[in-house]
Amino acid sequence: MAAQAKRVPLPAILLANDLLDGDVVFAFIDGSGPLAWTRDPALALVAADDAAAERLEAFAAAELRGNKVVDAYLVDVAIESGSPVPRHFRERFKTLGPSNRPDLGKQAGDGIASAPKG
Amino acid sequence: MYRYDEFDERFVRERVAQFTDQVARRLDGSLTEDEFKPLRLKNGVYLQLHAYMLRIAVPYGTLNSQQLRQLALIGERYDRGYGHFTTRQNLQFNWPKLRDVPAILGLLADVEMHCIQTSGNCIRNVTADHFAGVAQDEIEDPRPTAELIRQWSSAHPEFSYLPRKFKIAVTGAEADRAVIKAHDIGLRLRRHPETHETCYEISVGGGLGRTPMIGKVVRDYLPKKDLLAYLEAIMRVYNLEGRRDNKYKARVKILVHEIGAEEFTRRVEAEFAQLDGPSINADPEEVARIAAYFAPPRYEVLPAVSNTLEAAKAANPAFARWVEVNTVPHKAPGYTALTISLKPIGQAPGDATSEQMRRVADLAERYSFDELRVTHAQNLVLPHVRQRDLYAIWQQLGEAGLATANVGLVTDIISCPGLDYCALATARSIPIAQAIQSRFADEARQREIGPLGIKISGCINACGHHHVGHIGILGLEKRGIESYQITLGGDATENAAIGEILGPGLAAEEVPDAIERIVSVYLAARSEGESFIDNVRRIGLAPFKAAFQETARAAA
Repeated sequence: MAAQAKRVPLPAILLANDLLDGDVVFAFIDGSGPLAWTRDPALALVAADDAAAERLEAFAAAELRGNKVVDAYLVDVAIESGSPVPRHFRERFKTLGPSNRPDLGKQAGDGIASAPKG
Repeated sequence: MYRYDEFDERFVRERVAQFTDQVARRLDGSLTEDEFKPLRLKNGVYLQLHAYMLRIAVPYGTLNSQQLRQLALIGERYDRGYGHFTTRQNLQFNWPKLRDVPAILGLLADVEMHCIQTSGNCIRNVTADHFAGVAQDEIEDPRPTAELIRQWSSAHPEFSYLPRKFKIAVTGAEADRAVIKAHDIGLRLRRHPETHETCYEISVGGGLGRTPMIGKVVRDYLPKKDLLAYLEAIMRVYNLEGRRDNKYKARVKILVHEIGAEEFTRRVEAEFAQLDGPSINADPEEVARIAAYFAPPRYEVLPAVSNTLEAAKAANPAFARWVEVNTVPHKAPGYTALTISLKPIGQAPGDATSEQMRRVADLAERYSFDELRVTHAQNLVLPHVRQRDLYAIWQQLGEAGLATANVGLVTDIISCPGLDYCALATARSIPIAQAIQSRFADEARQREIGPLGIKISGCINACGHHHVGHIGILGLEKRGIESYQITLGGDATENAAIGEILGPGLAAEEVPDAIERIVSVYLAARSEGESFIDNVRRIGLAPFKAAFQETARAAA
């Protein structure tokens, strides 16, 4: 993970870009399994304490070394309707897609099976 | 148009093979991201907010139909069915997958295109007047010069690792349509007053970004034959003395500013004097060979004014308005250069769908000697159109949503991609452009306002050229929200000027009101036939500042 002077405020999620596709991905836990990546921000694992954040950081470092993702970092979030939403507008756009093209990006359901299209 | 020779072809194909191997090594883990990043950037591949971005070079903005069709195909097959034309006359795709980039580069090579030197600290794509070769005010077509510089600078071993990126623009006309004074080097072809020979006026140290500067003239009349040696002297001084300790102070404009234009010129002249010019300058035969590719097409002999066109204009006012706004006089009688606006109201400036690209390619093939141009204002140009064909072209453009009559008007907004795409941006640009377009959508009102260049950047790097906008808008982050700073009085032409800040930043939703108030001051104060920028220069900033402050107060 890129060196950070200070961890972002918690709660936080881990996002990155998939190495092959460039698509924004989020660390999550599928069932009771290990950490993995999902394209659905609603499924992102929320770290509410230091131990959970450290786990995400360790996962990020391993996945960067393993050439699975690039540009991984923690983003502080608020919980809205049960889902994590980045507090900063930049990261909010990153979890949605271009604001001028609602037909593109995650807001259009790109890579998210359950999201509505269009 | 210039055609690749065997060397060009081999060079581009070898680069595709190299990058294909580099991508494979990245994907199998042989290369880390730190190792791979400079390699991908050398091939125009960025990682942006949502995805990778691929920047494709369009040298001096000139394309043929086959090339545009290939871009349309790539957009459809490997992207999301559209592309974005940029302020450096390039094209960017916003959603390619890394694994597909080698295939895309192969498709580009098939039509003599590539992404080389569209990124990195090297001499970038050379830009030029989009009316090159056709403008009535032109002394000489700037493209042979731009092509010569392209060939000289491509993979130049000495200038591949400069302190920072380096941008060169060339114009051959009286009017500057290439923004040469905002480039690291700006070249203007001009006649020597005594010998009447065509020479180069050379400006150095222009640039926008966090320290905007207007370029300083270092040579008034450089003989054409000395071009490459003189450029080499400039580049050598910069490469040696440009700062490498601070990327924000590394552009040549900072060097010129810090030591002064006079001292910079002295150092360049000293370097130039000791260079072996003949071994560096291009062989005159090679220069002639390049120039021959830009010879005018075989125009028909036509009357200066087309009766067919005049009749169509008389019968259709909407068509007449479009002709008035979107065409310019041409060197050849009976012809015109036509700008196709990529600024339909409410669309992202500079975006074109694959379908639209194909439509324009068809029109260029049928009506414009298979040639088109990309403008720094993010529009397209059909440079050689018979006046009598304009009505048919207008109809076909209308079917493709490309017949907007707003070139040079308030809705012809230059806008960088901003935070909707760009990883460097700190605020959005496109929605601001769209909101202003919607506010001023009425065509009659746009024409009443007249020429007015609004330029928007989503960060201090100024890809949207906001500093040289008549009205400039800079998006920034202020305490966790998007904030927009307005500047006034910038000028991108031969009267280049940097705009001045009007007041405190505004929220996004306040920007259209602020523009409205600025325009109202102009409309109330202008004299007969006075353009917006001339009015600003005549009455000064004070009345505009007062009106702007009303907006700020109303918003507080």
